[in-house]
Amino acid sequence: MHDLLFLIPALPLAGFLFLVFFGKRLGEPLAGWLATGAVGSAFLATVAVFVDLVGKSSHERALTQTLFTWLPVGGLKVDVGFLADPLSVTMLLFVTGIATLIHLYAIGYMHGDPRFSKFFVYLNLFVFSMIMLVLGDNLLLTFLGWEGVGACSYFLISFWHEVDANASAGKKAFVTNRIGDFGFMVAIFFTFQSLGTLNYHGIVAASPTLATTTATAIAAMLFLGAAGKSAQLPLYVWLPDAMAGPTPVSALIHAATMVTAGVYLLTRMNPILALSASWVPWLIAIVGAATALFAATIAVAQNDIKKVLAYSTVSQLGYMFLAVGSGAYVAAIFHMVTHAFFKALMFLGSGSVIHGMEDEQDMRRMGGLFKVMKVTSVTFIIGFLAIAGIIPFAGFWSKDEILLSAFGKSPVLWVAGLVTAILTAFYMGRQVFMVFFGEPKWDRPLEEAVPDLHAERAESGVHPGHGVGPNEAIHPHESGWKMTLPLVVLAGFATVAGGLNLPLFDRTKFLEHWLEPVVELGERHVHQSTATTVTLAMVALAGAIAGILGAAAIYLGKKRELAKKVEQPVLARGWLYDSTITAFMGGPGRKAFDAVAWFDRTVIDGAVNGVATGIGSGSGQARRTQSGYVRNYALGLAIGAVVIAGLLISKAVY
Amino acid sequence: MGALVLAAEAAHGAPDFPILTAVVLTPVVGSILVALISKRRPEIAKQAAVLFALATAGLSIGILALFKTHDAGFQLVDHHGWIADPTISWTLGVDGISLWLVVLTGILFPIAMLGAPPHHDDKPFYAWLLLLEAGCLGAFLSLDTFLFFLFFEIVLVPMYFLISGWGYDLRKYAATKFFLYTMFGSAFMLVGTIATAYLHAKGGPVTFDLRTLAEGQDIISKTTGRWLFLSFAIAFAVKVPLFPFHTWLPDAHTQAPTAGSVILAGVMLKLGTYGFLRFGLYLFPEAAVWAAPGMVTLGVIGIVYGAVCATMQKDLKRIIAYSSVAHLGFIALGTFSLTTQGLQGGVFQMVAHGITTGALFMLCGFIYERRHTYKLEHLNGLQKPAPILAAVFTVVMLASIGLPGLNGFVGEFVILQGSFLTRRWWTVVAVTGVILAALYLLWAYQRVFHGTPDDDNAKVGDLKLGEGLAIAPLVAIIVIMGVYPKPIFDRIQPAVDRLVRHVEDNSDYRQPKVADEGEKVVPEDERRHEGEPSEGHDAEGAHAGADQEGGN
Repeated sequence: MHDLLFLIPALPLAGFLFLVFFGKRLGEPLAGWLATGAVGSAFLATVAVFVDLVGKSSHERALTQTLFTWLPVGGLKVDVGFLADPLSVTMLLFVTGIATLIHLYAIGYMHGDPRFSKFFVYLNLFVFSMIMLVLGDNLLLTFLGWEGVGACSYFLISFWHEVDANASAGKKAFVTNRIGDFGFMVAIFFTFQSLGTLNYHGIVAASPTLATTTATAIAAMLFLGAAGKSAQLPLYVWLPDAMAGPTPVSALIHAATMVTAGVYLLTRMNPILALSASWVPWLIAIVGAATALFAATIAVAQNDIKKVLAYSTVSQLGYMFLAVGSGAYVAAIFHMVTHAFFKALMFLGSGSVIHGMEDEQDMRRMGGLFKVMKVTSVTFIIGFLAIAGIIPFAGFWSKDEILLSAFGKSPVLWVAGLVTAILTAFYMGRQVFMVFFGEPKWDRPLEEAVPDLHAERAESGVHPGHGVGPNEAIHPHESGWKMTLPLVVLAGFATVAGGLNLPLFDRTKFLEHWLEPVVELGERHVHQSTATTVTLAMVALAGAIAGILGAAAIYLGKKRELAKKVEQPVLARGWLYDSTITAFMGGPGRKAFDAVAWFDRTVIDGAVNGVATGIGSGSGQARRTQSGYVRNYALGLAIGAVVIAGLLISKAVY
Repeated sequence: MGALVLAAEAAHGAPDFPILTAVVLTPVVGSILVALISKRRPEIAKQAAVLFALATAGLSIGILALFKTHDAGFQLVDHHGWIADPTISWTLGVDGISLWLVVLTGILFPIAMLGAPPHHDDKPFYAWLLLLEAGCLGAFLSLDTFLFFLFFEIVLVPMYFLISGWGYDLRKYAATKFFLYTMFGSAFMLVGTIATAYLHAKGGPVTFDLRTLAEGQDIISKTTGRWLFLSFAIAFAVKVPLFPFHTWLPDAHTQAPTAGSVILAGVMLKLGTYGFLRFGLYLFPEAAVWAAPGMVTLGVIGIVYGAVCATMQKDLKRIIAYSSVAHLGFIALGTFSLTTQGLQGGVFQMVAHGITTGALFMLCGFIYERRHTYKLEHLNGLQKPAPILAAVFTVVMLASIGLPGLNGFVGEFVILQGSFLTRRWWTVVAVTGVILAALYLLWAYQRVFHGTPDDDNAKVGDLKLGEGLAIAPLVAIIVIMGVYPKPIFDRIQPAVDRLVRHVEDNSDYRQPKVADEGEKVVPEDERRHEGEPSEGHDAEGAHAGADQEGGN
C-alpha cells in the first residue's frame, strides 16, 4: 500500500498538467469533469490508505514512501517523501472529499465563465499543493505545499482580476501570508540547526534532547507562520478580503482546507510545543480566544453574505488555536473536521444564493428565500445549527470539547469562548433570518426595495457585476443538481460528524484514540468531573439558544432600531483595524520606502556621479568624457588587449 | 545539430581534445567570422552567430558530460605556457563551482540571441555578443590570475558597445557609467593581481598560476593578505554589485538592449560572485574569514535595501534590476557564511538567478516590443489580451519570489539555512527580503497585467511562437532546478567542501557542527576559538540520522 501513497498527490497533479496544456481545448464542462475526476480518484486512494491503516494496530499506523532526494546539501538532506499516519489521513480524507464535492459544485457555479477551464487548472493545483502540505514527511515539503496553496489562493482570489479590488485582495493575501512564512522559515532553520533533520519522525525522535530555549524559539516561530496562514490576530486581515474570489474558492480554500493548515502544522509539531516555555502555549491560547471573540463581534455587523462567513471562519479558527494552546490537539482537529463540513456547506449555500440572486451578495437585498430555494435553505439551516452548537449537530460536540479544555486552562479563556459561542449563534441566526426568512427584498427594483443600499451604491459608484446584483427586480431560483448535491452531502456530514468523537463513553471517542499515536507527546488531558462537563455543555447550549432567540427577536421581529444598535459602524468596519493598517502602509510606510529610494538616487548615486563629475571637470573635459572619450578608452582597451594577447602568443611560440 | 555533433565528438571522439580551450575560442572565431560577413546580409550574420553560440552551448554540455561528479579538484585542465618569467600561462580548468556557470553561459547566449534580436546593425551586435561570451567563459575557466584579469576586463568592451550602440535614450550615460565604474574597481584588482604574484615570489620566479598562489598560503603575511584581498574585493563588489556600489546597475539595465540585460544579469554579475569564491576564499582564505562579517553585512543590507528600492521604482526594468541587487545579496550572504550549505546555495543561486532574471528581462523585452515602454504607468491589464505571456511571466516571477518547487527557492533556502548556522541574526534580517520580494514583484505584476486594459494595452498580441520557443527552455530549467536539483548539488558539493576545508586549513575558522543530539551548538564568538577539527563530522552525523528516519 505504501508504494501507492504517491498516487494521492500525483492524480491532481496529473489533472493540473493535463489541463494546463489541453484545458482550453476541452472547454466547458469537460475540463471541470476531468478535474473533478482527478480529485475524486485522489479521494478514493485516500480511502484505500485509510482502510489499510485501520487494519493495523495503533502504533503501526504509519505508512511512508520516499520518492527521491530533493535537497542533498552537506548534512542537510531533504527527501520528497510521504507520511500517512492518523493525522495526515484524517486531514486528507476531508480535504480530498470536500474538494471533490466543491469541484462538482464549481462545474455548475462557474458555468458560462470565459475562464472556466483555467479555474479548474488552479483548483487542481491547489488540491495537489494541499496534499503535499499534509502528506509531506518533513517540514520543508510541508512548506512547499504551504507556499503552493498560498500561490493558488493568490491566483484564485484575483481570478476576476479585471476589477482592481480583486487583484489587490490576492496580492494582500500573498504578502500577508509571507509575513507568517518568515516565521515558518526561521523555525525550519532552528530545527535543522538543533536537530539535524527536518523529517517529522526524526524530529519526534530527537525532540527529547531539545533545549527549552530552542524549542521555544521554534514553537513561537511556527506559531507566527500558522497565524498568517490561519488568519489569526494580528495577521487575519487578508481573509475577509479573500472573499473576492469565486465562492467555491472561498468554501474550499478560505474555509475548509488551506486556512486550517496552521492548526495542522502546530498539531504535527506538538512534541516541540510541549517542550517550549509555557508562554508559547499561553500565547497561542490567548491569541486564539481573542481572535475568536474579535472576529465574532465584527461578523455581527456585516451585510455581505460572504463577509459574515469570512469573519465567522476567522472566529472558528480562533477556537482551534484556543484548543491547540490548551494542549487539546484532538479537539482542535475534531473542530477542524466538523468546521470543514459545516462551513464549506454554508459557503456553498451562500454561493447557491448568490447564483440564484443573479450575483447579489448584500443580505439587505435578500429575505424570504426559503420559499424559492428549498434545498439551499434547509441545508444552510443545518449548517447554521451545527456552527451555533445545537445538539446533536456536529459543531456542538467539537466546540464543547474546546470549551472544556479551555476551562481547564483558565476560566477566563472559557468565558471568551462562551461569549464567542453566543455571538456565533446570534450572527448566524441573523444571517439565516435576513436571507431566508422575512420579507423578500428582491421582487422590486433596488431603489424601491432597499433605498439605503441604493443610495450607498450610487454614492460609491458600485455597478452590477461580480458580487453586485442588478438594480431591477431579481428572480431567484434554486440551483441545479451539481450545486445542490454537494450541499446535501455536506449537510449530512454536518449533522452526524459529531459521532467521530462522542464523549459519552471512552470507546466512542474514536478520533481521540485514532490520533493518539501522533499527539501523545503534546496532548494535555483534562479531567473534569462529569457534573462539570455536563454543566459546561449545558451553559454553552443555553448560550447558543439565547443567541439564536436574540437574533430571531430582532431580525424576525423587525426591530429596526435594535438592529441598528447592534450593527455598530465600528463593528461593520472591523474595529478600524484593517483601515488603520492600510492607512499606515499607504502613508508613513510608503513615505519611508520612498525615502530609501530617494536616498539611493540622491545620496548613493549622487556621490558616484559627483565623483565622476569632479574628476571630469577637474580636467576640464567633463562633457566629452561622458560622451566620446569612453568610447575611445573602450576601443583602446580592446586594441590593447589584442596587442598584449598577440605579444604573449608570439612569445609563447618562440 | 552542429553543436550536438561537436559536443558528442568532444565527449567521446578524442580524449585529449582541449574542450575548455575550444569552448572559449569557438565564440571568438564566431565573432571574427560574423564581423567579416558582408554588411548587406544581416540575416546571415544572425544565423552564423546563433550557430556558433549553439556550438558553444554544445561544448559546454560536453564539459558537463565529461565532468567527474565526485572529483573535487580542477578537471579537464588545459595548460599552455605563455611567458616563462613572470610565468603567465593559458591555464583553464573546471570544477564544481565553475561548471554550472559555464553551462549557464552556454545556454543563455543562444537564447538571448534568438529571443531578443536587435533592431538595427545586426552584424556588429552579434559579433560583440560572441566576444562577450568568450570573455565570460574565459573568466570562469581561468586558473591563472593574470589570464582571469584579462578576461574579466575584456568583457567590459563588448558590453559597453552593446549598451551604447543598441540601448535606449540615455544609453551613452549608462554605458559610460557602467564602463568607468567597473574599470575603477578593476584597477584595484590589477594592482592586487600583480602584487600578489610578486609578493608571493619573494624575489624568486614570479608566477600567476592560481593554484600555486592559493596553495602556498604561508608566504604572504596576514596583513598584506588582507590588503590584497580588499583590492580584489572592490572589483568584485562593484561587479556583483554589492551595496553601496550598485547604482551603475539600474542605469545599465534600463538602458541596455534586451539581450544585453539578459546577459548582464544572467552571466556578467556572476563574475563578481564567482570572483569572491575563487579569488577571495580560495586565494585569500584567512582574509576572507576576517572580512566575512563586513561582507555578510553588505549582503544583508543589499537584500533589504535592494528590495525596498525595487518596490518604489516606476519602470519595470528598474524593478528587476534592483531585485538583482537583493538576490545577489543572498549569494554574498551565502558565500561569506563560510558553511557548506551557504556556499553551495550561493553557487546554485548564481545559476538560478541567471536563468530566472534572464527570463524576466526577456519577458520585459517582449512587453517592450508590444508597447514600446517599460513605464508602469503606461502598462495595464495585459493579462486579458496576452494570457500566455502573463502565465509565463507569472511562473518566472514566482521563481524569483522564491516559491518552493521552482529554482529560486532552492538557492535561497539552502543559502539561508547555511548562513543561519554561523550568522543567525543576519539571516533573520535577510529572511524579511523574502517578504519584500513578494511585495515588489506582485505589485508590479498587478500594475502591468491585472485590471482592465485601456485601448493601447487591449490591442497587444499574445506570445508569438518564436518568443515562446526562446523562453520555453528557461521555464523548463526553472522547474527542473526547483524539483530535482540533486544532480546540480552533487557536482557542486565536492568542490565546495574542498574550498571550505581550504579555508579551515588556513585560518582559525571552523565550520559549526550541526547538532543531531540536541542543543550543542556553540555561540558564534566561542566557536571561533574552539580547536576541535570538526570537518566532515557533522555532515556524517546528520546523514546517518536522516538515513535512519528515511528507512522505515
